[in-house]
Amino acid sequence: MELTLAIVLGALFGFALNRAGATNPQNIINMLRLNDTSLMKAILFAIGLSSLFLFGGLALGFIDPAHVSIKSAYLGVFIGGLLLGLGFALAGYCPGTGLAAAATGRKDALFFVIGGLIGAFAFTLSYGWLAEHSSFLFDKIAGGDVSLAATGNEKYKALIPVSGTLIGIVQGIAFIAIAYLIPTHILNKK
Amino acid sequence: MFLKPVLAWPLGGALLALAFVSAILLVKPIGVSTQFVIADAAVWDVINPDIITPDENAKSGYSSPNAYLNKSGGKYAANAANPFNYSFVFVLAMMGGAFLSALLKGDKPQSPSEKTMPAVWRERFGENAALRYGVSFLAGFIVLYGARLAGGCTSGHMMSGMMQTALSGYIFALGAFAAALPVAIIVFNKKG
Repeated sequence: MELTLAIVLGALFGFALNRAGATNPQNIINMLRLNDTSLMKAILFAIGLSSLFLFGGLALGFIDPAHVSIKSAYLGVFIGGLLLGLGFALAGYCPGTGLAAAATGRKDALFFVIGGLIGAFAFTLSYGWLAEHSSFLFDKIAGGDVSLAATGNEKYKALIPVSGTLIGIVQGIAFIAIAYLIPTHILNKK
Repeated sequence: MFLKPVLAWPLGGALLALAFVSAILLVKPIGVSTQFVIADAAVWDVINPDIITPDENAKSGYSSPNAYLNKSGGKYAANAANPFNYSFVFVLAMMGGAFLSALLKGDKPQSPSEKTMPAVWRERFGENAALRYGVSFLAGFIVLYGARLAGGCTSGHMMSGMMQTALSGYIFALGAFAAALPVAIIVFNKKG
């Protein structure tokens, strides 16, 4: 059953990435150089809509809070984000879209994926050293496993002590509004 | 309506949201980059069987002499020992879904040249395929090293994380865009 869900949900995600234009590095680079922000609008809209459905679903009891999974916040999240951003801008791929783009026949994506496998291996080998000698990278920020909004999952503390549903809905509306308000062409208009 | 190669952004965004919400409704939030480690570790274990061993004292049932694979009770070691688990199959199916979408008139490279590099790259750096492949390889290395340091990538931190209002998701997005926007603008925008 779980593997059937993996196949259906994975295929849906890959289909959606392709249809949203995220498997085309031209669209990613145009988004990041602020030449055409359509894909950024799609992503912001998706996050906003997902927040509305998630927090609505949690409030109405459709979604099991046990399915919520909050990743830890620590300095390495920011530094890792910087590194990812650098490669993301140069190649026009991130881990998911690189794999999906390789599946649509893009050869540069295949090189990205091979580089990615080796980069992930390099991290696997260096983690022990980093954890020992640069442990500040892994020091938790604000308790680590925290969200702004209460999700009903006791494992994760909420930073804002008001109704989680309210914050989730406010965030959802805010992201959707930003998606609509960002100009499509900001730099290098053609 | 869903058979246009690339959808208008509200539809593309709605389809992405459908995937992210369905995943958390039925199983758990979407994430991808961990599976690069699982693939590596599965191969590593074939070459060197000592790298993942069953261990009844470990929480996951497996342990590894490698500190990363052994982290959180040997969670990654256990997943690499049995790669046909939910998260790994999800990523394989994601590739299948993108392939299927491309077949059904979705987005795919339209020429041999586009298979090699996007037009924006060609306009800036010319037709040199080796340069594009070399930079893509290096970028892949940096992206996955960064994603593992961060504990997630664009899917897991930025989308799944921010939709749940995770503090880590905002921190990650801040870092990623703080680097990606200036680099893309400096490298790819025409001067003057």
